[in-house]
Amino acid sequence: MMVRVLCLILMCLAPAWAAAQDGPLRIEITEGVIEPLPVAIPDLVPEGSGAGDWGQRIARVVAEDLTGTGLFREIPSSAFISQVSDFAAPVQYADWKAINAQALVAGAVSVNGNQINVKFRLYDVFSGAELGDGLQLAGTTDAWRRIAHKMADVVYSRITGETGYFDSRVVFVSETGPKAERRKRLAIMDYDGANVQYLTGSESIVLAPRFSSTGDRVLYTSYETGFPRIYVLDVGSVQRRVLESQPGTMSFAPRFAPNGQTVVYSLTQGANTDIWSMDINSGQSQRLTSTPAIETAPSFSPDGNQMVFESDRSGTQQLYVMPAGGGEARRISFGEGRYGTPVWSPRGDLIAFTKQSKGRFHIGVMRTDGSEERLLTASFLDEGPTWAPNGRVVMFSRETQGAAGRSTLYSVDITGRNLRPVRTPDGGSDPSWGPLQN
Amino acid sequence: MKLKTSMLMLCAALGVAACTNPASLGGAGTGNDPLANGANGGVVPGSASDPASPAYFQQAVGDRVLFAVDQSTLTPEGRATLDGQAVWLLQNADYTAVIEGHADEQGTREYNLALGARRADAARAYLVSQGVQPGRLQVVSYGKERPIEVCSEEACYAKNRRAVTVLAGGLTS
Repeated sequence: MMVRVLCLILMCLAPAWAAAQDGPLRIEITEGVIEPLPVAIPDLVPEGSGAGDWGQRIARVVAEDLTGTGLFREIPSSAFISQVSDFAAPVQYADWKAINAQALVAGAVSVNGNQINVKFRLYDVFSGAELGDGLQLAGTTDAWRRIAHKMADVVYSRITGETGYFDSRVVFVSETGPKAERRKRLAIMDYDGANVQYLTGSESIVLAPRFSSTGDRVLYTSYETGFPRIYVLDVGSVQRRVLESQPGTMSFAPRFAPNGQTVVYSLTQGANTDIWSMDINSGQSQRLTSTPAIETAPSFSPDGNQMVFESDRSGTQQLYVMPAGGGEARRISFGEGRYGTPVWSPRGDLIAFTKQSKGRFHIGVMRTDGSEERLLTASFLDEGPTWAPNGRVVMFSRETQGAAGRSTLYSVDITGRNLRPVRTPDGGSDPSWGPLQN
Repeated sequence: MKLKTSMLMLCAALGVAACTNPASLGGAGTGNDPLANGANGGVVPGSASDPASPAYFQQAVGDRVLFAVDQSTLTPEGRATLDGQAVWLLQNADYTAVIEGHADEQGTREYNLALGARRADAARAYLVSQGVQPGRLQVVSYGKERPIEVCSEEACYAKNRRAVTVLAGGLTS
């Protein structure tokens, strides 16, 4: 019931006519895009009687995905000179060129019972050619947003050269109630805030859920027993079990290794908090740090060989990198202020973190050796970044100031552009962005 | 009101066992307690005027100690409060306690959990040093999850950076 049963079939269509080479239509994200690329996304052509308004609904989600990146600008349909009314008919490039559409996404949709079938092509208007092959997507109607996200992922990927991130999910903490009596429960949603489902009740405090690399399981911390303990939850069955329950201890800040078998976390004994790792099947655990300092928030490099974590062993919270099995740790943060909640990028190139400096909180990124630190945001309280599966965007929590303070989710591009709220039904915190779905 | 808040937190900390019998937290008094049997005939058992009551512990002895920003070192005032707590706990040997560590909102979630643990442990270690049996004291950290004051100013933060000794039903219950 939690997993929407879905069979997405993705197949190539024959080229519209001339086979297209790599066209000049291209956004280089690393250059920092100032001017978004104009794109036309007409409603998908309904084919057959069952198509209803599906073509419009799908086109809207594709448009929201693409414009939401800040890299694309949608040309309103009111400006269109020609309409796409037949998916098989030749594209009138001149009409699209005249309204300065550099890219055109044209598609068709048919619906039979609960089966939906979409085909689409991406056109490079200025070179007058198709960009890549046409594709066909099929699935059940309840997965229609995923079909739209997959379309948008293809468009994004062909134009930017980067992998997309739209067909992905986020697990987070949904928050209700006033500041002193906040109620928290785990929730899962599509990356854009659609299809929210709750994974736990709000009887106990739950914190910081973390996806496995395949998105099948979630680690989190719960006060179910009265003490913070780490749990693993199967997303499909919503079954959960406690992982660490040594009496007299607290455990929190869990995260999966890329292999999905090893879990790292913080264990507090007395005043001391260290990083431990556990084999999730055998339950065998091992201590990885042994200073009297606070050591927490471990996160693996994508190859699983190293981890970044925070420690106040120098006197203030700073970031360190050490081998995945423990050992000598190298400090990587040296700027002014305190650094916490480091997360290694899925591309391996950057580490995102929370920085506190001069009474403000920032989300930032730095290279894995600590160089080229770049702050992406600033506010009263920004915290807890998580990476989009392609490593181009981070999502985080932002809490507002004062008695009416409320936490909500935001995302920002790693260039620092395109800061935008992620809409959730209630407040939200501690997002963890899952992988691109198959 | 204060008592009610405390009892709710106690239930949260102890889970089902404590919640199923909240009446016992009222502290009906322990008959062998010399203070409870004292000269004051006007004592209402279980009320703050009853020196053997959790209400007395909370209000007269003081159930909490406060900390400086990002610190877990006990202040002189904090030690004085804990001295009183230790005396009370030694006289009321049927009670156990959970010491809850808390942080203000100016910090990241995980760090604040660990910081709250340091604070709770500092209070616990001091009570043990004053003779309270270690087995009677548990610690838990709530980090920044349970502020009692909600403004985003130092006046509120100072009250949120706390370690609260929450009494639980006795060893014999």
